[in-house]
Amino acid sequence: MKNHIQGLAPDDVGVPSPFAGVLRGSVSRRRRLRIASALVVGVVAVIFLALLSLAVGSKDLGLNEVWTGLLAADGSRESIIIWQLRMPRTALAIIVGAALAVAGVLMQALTRNPLAEPGLLGVNAGAAFSVVLALSVFGATTIDEYLWFAFLGAGAAACFVYVISARRSLASDHARLVLAGAALTASLGACTAIITMFDADTFNSYRFWVIGSVADRGIDTALYILPFVAVGLIAAFVSGPSLNALALGDEQAKALGVRLSLVRVIAMSTITLLCGAATAAVGPIAFVGLVVPHLLRLIVGVDQRTLLVTSAVAGPVLVLAADIVGRIIQRPGELEVGIVTAFVGAPALIVILLRGRTR
Amino acid sequence: MSRIGERFLPHGYARLTLPAGRAILLHRRSAIVAVVLVIVTFGVAALTISTGAYELSPAGALRVFFGEGSTLDRFIVIDQRLPRATAALLVGASLGASGAIFQSVSRNPLGSPDIIGFTTGAATGGLVVILLVGTSTAATIMVGTILGGFATAAVVLAIAFRRGLTGDRLVLAGIAVAAMLAASNDYLISRASIEDAEAAKAWQYGSLNAISWPPLVPLAIVLVVVLPAALLVTRQLRVLELGDDAAAGVGLNLTRARTFTLAIGVCLAAIAVATAGPIGFLALAAPQLARSLARSPGVTVLASTVMGSLILVVADLVAQRLLSPFQIPVGLVTSALGGAYLVWMLTFAPSPQRRRPRLRIPRPKIGS
Repeated sequence: MKNHIQGLAPDDVGVPSPFAGVLRGSVSRRRRLRIASALVVGVVAVIFLALLSLAVGSKDLGLNEVWTGLLAADGSRESIIIWQLRMPRTALAIIVGAALAVAGVLMQALTRNPLAEPGLLGVNAGAAFSVVLALSVFGATTIDEYLWFAFLGAGAAACFVYVISARRSLASDHARLVLAGAALTASLGACTAIITMFDADTFNSYRFWVIGSVADRGIDTALYILPFVAVGLIAAFVSGPSLNALALGDEQAKALGVRLSLVRVIAMSTITLLCGAATAAVGPIAFVGLVVPHLLRLIVGVDQRTLLVTSAVAGPVLVLAADIVGRIIQRPGELEVGIVTAFVGAPALIVILLRGRTR
Repeated sequence: MSRIGERFLPHGYARLTLPAGRAILLHRRSAIVAVVLVIVTFGVAALTISTGAYELSPAGALRVFFGEGSTLDRFIVIDQRLPRATAALLVGASLGASGAIFQSVSRNPLGSPDIIGFTTGAATGGLVVILLVGTSTAATIMVGTILGGFATAAVVLAIAFRRGLTGDRLVLAGIAVAAMLAASNDYLISRASIEDAEAAKAWQYGSLNAISWPPLVPLAIVLVVVLPAALLVTRQLRVLELGDDAAAGVGLNLTRARTFTLAIGVCLAAIAVATAGPIGFLALAAPQLARSLARSPGVTVLASTVMGSLILVVADLVAQRLLSPFQIPVGLVTSALGGAYLVWMLTFAPSPQRRRPRLRIPRPKIGS
């Protein structure tokens, strides 16, 4: 809490009220420069990694091959590899990375818990359970059929997590909420496993989907979830100032003129939209929403507005990098992006833990 | 030792004189709860044995034990249902006792084999043996399971241990390591052939579906030796729960007591996981449920043991009947219910900071 308040106090001298800068945009020039440079670096990194993602794989392409393949969508070998195989997964990694990272920021602001993360708290598990239900019971096969189930599951789980996070025993204790989320994940995972137990076909597709992978999804998957994620991101950016006020506590936020229930409903629906779409497209990926905001807080501070915008850029960097690393370290095979993020994110959680910043 | 409870008898306790001039203190309500739970457990076990997909009347099932009934009846009851019910009883008992010991030593209701990663690590160890090593006999799976469990628990404890174990660190380290292992488990399963994957997934969650008499022998032997020891260390556990300083102050050798009790707890968890696979959340839930039933000041090993048996027997009945004739692995039933119970416990039970043990001043017994 201490950090939040320090970060929210405006840097420029001469603003009379300590909270004057919270709702309107008063950010010092040095701060603005820093945020702008972080954004530029992030965007450059995304572009660079996207090109790398088009070039690296079981068949490596040179940079000029990527260029010609990109420009000339003729039937040549390079252009097929790029447009059919690598472009969809690159696009998907960018979309999903932005969605998951922003959802993480929202969740942390909403629960006022720096360890809150949709993957750890069971939101993705809720979406996964719902999707498996759709696959096996309702016979859904394509994303446009099961996406709505993913929204339903993610929404239910997010509501549940939010309701329990407001309980006094969990609101004050960050680790307890994470544990409750892990227990919810375990419980939902067991229910999912029961369904896949006696449905061999569902199990066979489920075991590849549950890891979290952007490979072999097709460009239509990326295009299908794009509008949902875009709406979610815009809603998140718009609610940034209110989330800043929310960090001060319910009463302060109310005094600043924030309509608490409206903000909460918007944030919850946004989390649902982002996590549901991401999980339906690539499977449950954890830790993106934990690692990205934590790193960004060290760089750009704790203002939710900048945090939201920068994580929409930094999330794709992480997921793209994880996907590329997964393609490199196990040649000619691949390691799924969900495994790489778990092995990056879990040690990050341990580092956060060892530095004792959970309280 | 023999003078225990002669002059001061703590509230709610009874003095139990043992043959060799020794005596132990018994929490009265815990003992009563344990007896009631034993009766209920055997009732449910009897129900499990006498019902099932194969039509057999309870009387018919009973006749089998007196050497009557057809060969098929005998096969179903003696070789199919009885070992399964026995396994549920024994595995549940050892997990319950193990959970009680872990929670007591770590002075934390969350300090159970599930949270410190023993169960997930055991699953990874077993999966590595089944899917990578290729020679998956019962013995090699057992070895892989136990090694995986120990290695994971050691890693989690090493991360979390800094000037004693605090609940937060233990929990978060456990979650982080378990997340990595779960990703590895999913990876291993996705890389296996579909036949291997089906075999692994049946085992991964902890199952009693294919249990027979031979694997129960080592379990029974270990239980006969270790379970009485687990019940006898209750006294040291009570003292350990006072905190390190107080426990050392009343003359307990801390290192020895902790090592000994933890060795018992680990042994029980390992043999249970090796027999039935990783059965989730049982070791966490059983001691807490037993404690709230018995209203005892600390975790009670006896009541937890019986509670563990009862939960697993009931869960096994559910696993057999819920989607009959399809058999759910019992570990999934305990995980689904245990996870929900943990959420409930964390959300609605008062937090440990607020629940201070009420100090009960022992009343001097007048006239003895």
